[in-house]
Amino acid sequence: MDMTNSNRVALAAVVLAAVSLLALPASNIAPFYISFLYLIFFWISMATSWTILSGFAGYWSFGHAAFFGSGVYTSATLAAKLGVPFLLTIPFAAGVAALLGTGIGWLVFRMQRLRGELFALMTISITFVVAAVISNTPIDGGSGVYLISVPVPEIFGSQSGTIYLLGLFFAAVTLGITYGIYRSRMGMGLFAIHDDEDVAETKGVPTFRYKLGAIALSSGIAGAVGGVYSIYVSYVTVGETFEVTVIMYPVVMSIFGGSRHWLGPALGATIVTIALYGFPSGPQAALGRGGIALGLILVVLLLPNGVMPSLIGCWRRLAPKQLVPVQVLPQPLVPEPRVAAGAVAMVADTPVLECRDVGKSFGGVQALRGVTLDVRQGEILGLVGPNGSGKSTLINVITGHFKLSQGSVLFDGAPIDGLPAHSVARLGIARSYQIPRPFDRLTVLDNVAMAASFGDGRNENEARRMAAHWLGYTGLAKKAFDYPVTLNLHERKFLELARALAARPRLLMLDEVLSGLNNTEVDAALELIRDIRTRGTTIIFVEHLMRAVVALSDRVAVLNGGTLIALGSPEETMRDPEVVSVYLGGAHAS
Amino acid sequence: MGGSAMPHLSLLEQALLTGVLTGGLYGLLALGLSLSWGLLRLVNLGHFAMALLGAYLTWWLGTSYNVAPWWAGLLVVFVFFFYGVGLHWVFMRFRVTEMASMLITFAFAVIVESTIQTIWTADFRRYETAWGSQSWVVGSLYVPKLNTIAFVVAGALAAATWAWLRYTYAGRALRACAEDPPIATAFGINHRGLSFLLSGLCAAFAGVAGVFIALIATLAPSEIWSWIGVVFAVVIIGGLGNPLGALAGGVLIGVCEAMTMAIVNPSWAPLVSFSVLIALLLFRPRWI
Repeated sequence: MDMTNSNRVALAAVVLAAVSLLALPASNIAPFYISFLYLIFFWISMATSWTILSGFAGYWSFGHAAFFGSGVYTSATLAAKLGVPFLLTIPFAAGVAALLGTGIGWLVFRMQRLRGELFALMTISITFVVAAVISNTPIDGGSGVYLISVPVPEIFGSQSGTIYLLGLFFAAVTLGITYGIYRSRMGMGLFAIHDDEDVAETKGVPTFRYKLGAIALSSGIAGAVGGVYSIYVSYVTVGETFEVTVIMYPVVMSIFGGSRHWLGPALGATIVTIALYGFPSGPQAALGRGGIALGLILVVLLLPNGVMPSLIGCWRRLAPKQLVPVQVLPQPLVPEPRVAAGAVAMVADTPVLECRDVGKSFGGVQALRGVTLDVRQGEILGLVGPNGSGKSTLINVITGHFKLSQGSVLFDGAPIDGLPAHSVARLGIARSYQIPRPFDRLTVLDNVAMAASFGDGRNENEARRMAAHWLGYTGLAKKAFDYPVTLNLHERKFLELARALAARPRLLMLDEVLSGLNNTEVDAALELIRDIRTRGTTIIFVEHLMRAVVALSDRVAVLNGGTLIALGSPEETMRDPEVVSVYLGGAHAS
Repeated sequence: MGGSAMPHLSLLEQALLTGVLTGGLYGLLALGLSLSWGLLRLVNLGHFAMALLGAYLTWWLGTSYNVAPWWAGLLVVFVFFFYGVGLHWVFMRFRVTEMASMLITFAFAVIVESTIQTIWTADFRRYETAWGSQSWVVGSLYVPKLNTIAFVVAGALAAATWAWLRYTYAGRALRACAEDPPIATAFGINHRGLSFLLSGLCAAFAGVAGVFIALIATLAPSEIWSWIGVVFAVVIIGGLGNPLGALAGGVLIGVCEAMTMAIVNPSWAPLVSFSVLIALLLFRPRWI
C-alpha cells in the first residue's frame, strides 16, 4: 500500500519524537525533567488504560486506584521482601491487577440489569477493600514498605534513567494497544456496547468476552505501571497509594482529553500533569483535592466529549487540503448472489427454523405457552396477533436475547436455544427492531459496517464496502457519514433494514418495519422485502398492517395469548373462525 | 485473635443487639440513596458526604453555639431539603445520565470531604452530651438509648415513606414515572415537580442520618468512604426504591458486621459488606 502525504509526515514526526525521547537520559539534562517526564508517561498510561474499558465501552470504573495499588504492592512485596529482581516483578504486578479486574468484570458483566452501576460500585468498594486487606496483613502492616535498597539495573548510568525508560516503554505500549483496539473490530464492538449493549450482542458482538478483554488489559496496564511507580517513590504506603485522587485523576484526564479517541487521554494526561505542577501538598492537600473534584464535575457537565473532537475539527479546517483525508463512500462490494439472478423465489419443504413447544415466562406471566412452528426455507412467514400476544417475545427467544423456559429452537436441525445471542447472529439469524435502535455515536456507514463485520465475518475494509452496498440498496448512500439522530423515522427504519441485511442473514426477522410509514413508503418497503426474499433469505415478518401481510406472506401464523391459534395460507388463516373472533373480532369489538 | 475460644454467649447477644441497632442507622443512610436510585435513576454518591456534613454541622452548632441537637437537626434537615432540590435542578439542566450522576456526585463527595477537612481538620471529633452514653439494662444486655431512638426513627421514616409511595397519588405517580417516564407524562403526571420533591426528601433524610451520626459516632472526614461499600450493599439487598427493604438490608449487614467484629477481628468488618455484595452477584436473586 502506498502512503499518503499525511501518513508520511505523521510517521516522520513519531520516529523523531521516539528517538529523541529514548536518547534523553543519555544527555546531561537536569534530573528534575527526567523525573517530571516520567510522571507524564505514568499518567498517560493510567488515563489511556482507563479509557480502554471506561471510555470505549462506557463502563465507568472507579477502581483504577485498586488495580494500580495492587501492582504497587505486588512489586514492593516481591522486590523488597522476597528479593525477586525488580524487573521480574513487573509482569507479576500486571498479572495480579489483571486478575483482580477480570474477577470483578466476570462477576458484574453477567448481570442483565444495572451492569454499569454495579460495576462502578464494585470498583469503588474494591478500592477500599484492597486497601483494608493490605494494611491489615503483613503485606504492609500499616508501616509502609521501603524499596530504597532494591537494586535496579542502570541503563544510561543512572537508576532514574531506567525508571524513565520504563515509564516511556509502558506509555508507548499502552498507546499502541489502545490504537490497535481503536482501529480494530474490537474497538467497534466496544463502541457499540457503549451505545446499546443488547443490540450489539444481537448483531454478533461477543459483548461479554470483549468487556472481559478490555478490563483485563485496562487493569493489567494499571498494575504494571504501579509496579514501576513503587520503585519511583521508593517508599509505599496504603494512604498514598489508594488516595482518592488516584481514583479521580485518570477519569479527569481521559474525559478532559476525549475518552472516545485513542489519543485523547494522553493529551488530557499531559495537559493536566503540567497544569498541576507544583500542586499543593501538606496542609493544602485537602483543598487541592477539592479542586480536582470540582474540575471533574465541570469537565463531565460542560465538556463531556473532551477537547480531542474540537482539535480534530480545527485541524480539518486549518490544515492544508491535501493533508486532510476526504470522506469518500467506499467502493460498494456487491455480495455474491445466493440464487441465480432473476430467479423466482423457491420455497422448499425443508424447515430452516423449528420451534418446538417453546415457552417463556417472566415471573408469573406466561408470554409464550408451548408454540410449535416450522419456518420453511425461502418462505415469507407473516406473524400476526394482537398486542401482547407474544410476537416480540418469540423473536427475542429465537435471537437468544431471552432464555427459553421450556421447549427448544432448532436452526438447520441443530438446537440454538441456550446459545448466546452473538453466536445465534453469526449462524445467520438477524432481526430489525420495531423502534429503530441505531448506535447513536457511530455514523450511518459504521452502523451498517459493524453489522457486516460481526454478523458476516468481514474484515474492516470489506465490511465498509459491504455497508456501502447495503446503504445504496436501501437508498441511504447520501447519509453515509451522518449520525443516526439526523435521520427521519422512514430513514431510521431503512437503516435498521440495512443493518440487518449487512449480516447477510439466512433468516431475517422484521419487527413491524412498516409501522409509521405512509402508503408510498409501505409499497417501496414491500418491494424491497420481496427482493430480499428472491435473493434467498427466509423472512419472518411481524406486522399489524393486514394488507401487507396478505400481499407478502406465503403463510401466516397467528398468536394469541402466547399460543399459536392458526397457521396456513393467508386466505385460509383469515377465514379461520377463531382468528376472526380473537384477532379481527376482538379488534372490532374493542 | 485467631484460634481463641468462642466468645461468651452474652457477648454474642450484645453483638447481635448492637448489630441490629447499627443496622437501623445503615438503613437510614440507605433510605435516601435507594429512593433516588430507584425512582429518579440517579445514583448519589454525595449522599454519604451530605450525611457527614450534617453530622459536623450538628456537632459544630452544639459545641460552638450551644444549639440543642434537635434544633440543629431541624435546621440541617430544612437546609438540606433545598440543597436536594438544587442538586436535582443541576441534573435536569445538564440532562445527566445515570452513569454520569455517579461521577459527578463522587466528585461532589470529595469536595465536601475536603471542605470539612479544611474547616474542621482531619482530627477525630466526638459530640459529648449528658445523655449520649446512657443505656437501659435489660437482663444481661445494655441497650444504648440513642441507638435505639435512631433505630425507631429509621423504622418510622422507612414505614412512612413506604406508605407514602404506596397509598398517595404523589407516591404512585413517582413509581409510575420510574417505570415509564413518557407514558406517565402522557397521563398528566407532573414528573418534574415530583422529582424535585423526592430529591429534596432524599437529601433531608441524609440530614436526619447526619444528626444521629453526630450523636452516636466519632467524626472524621474520611468516614464518607467507609460507608460507601456498606450502604450500597444495603441498598442492593433491599431492592432499589424499596424503603422497608433498605431497613431490612441495613439490619442484615449490621448484624453480619457486629458478629464479625465479635468473633473475628474488628478490622475485617469492611470486608463483610463486600463479601455480601459478591455473594449477591454470584447468586443473582430475582429482585436485583
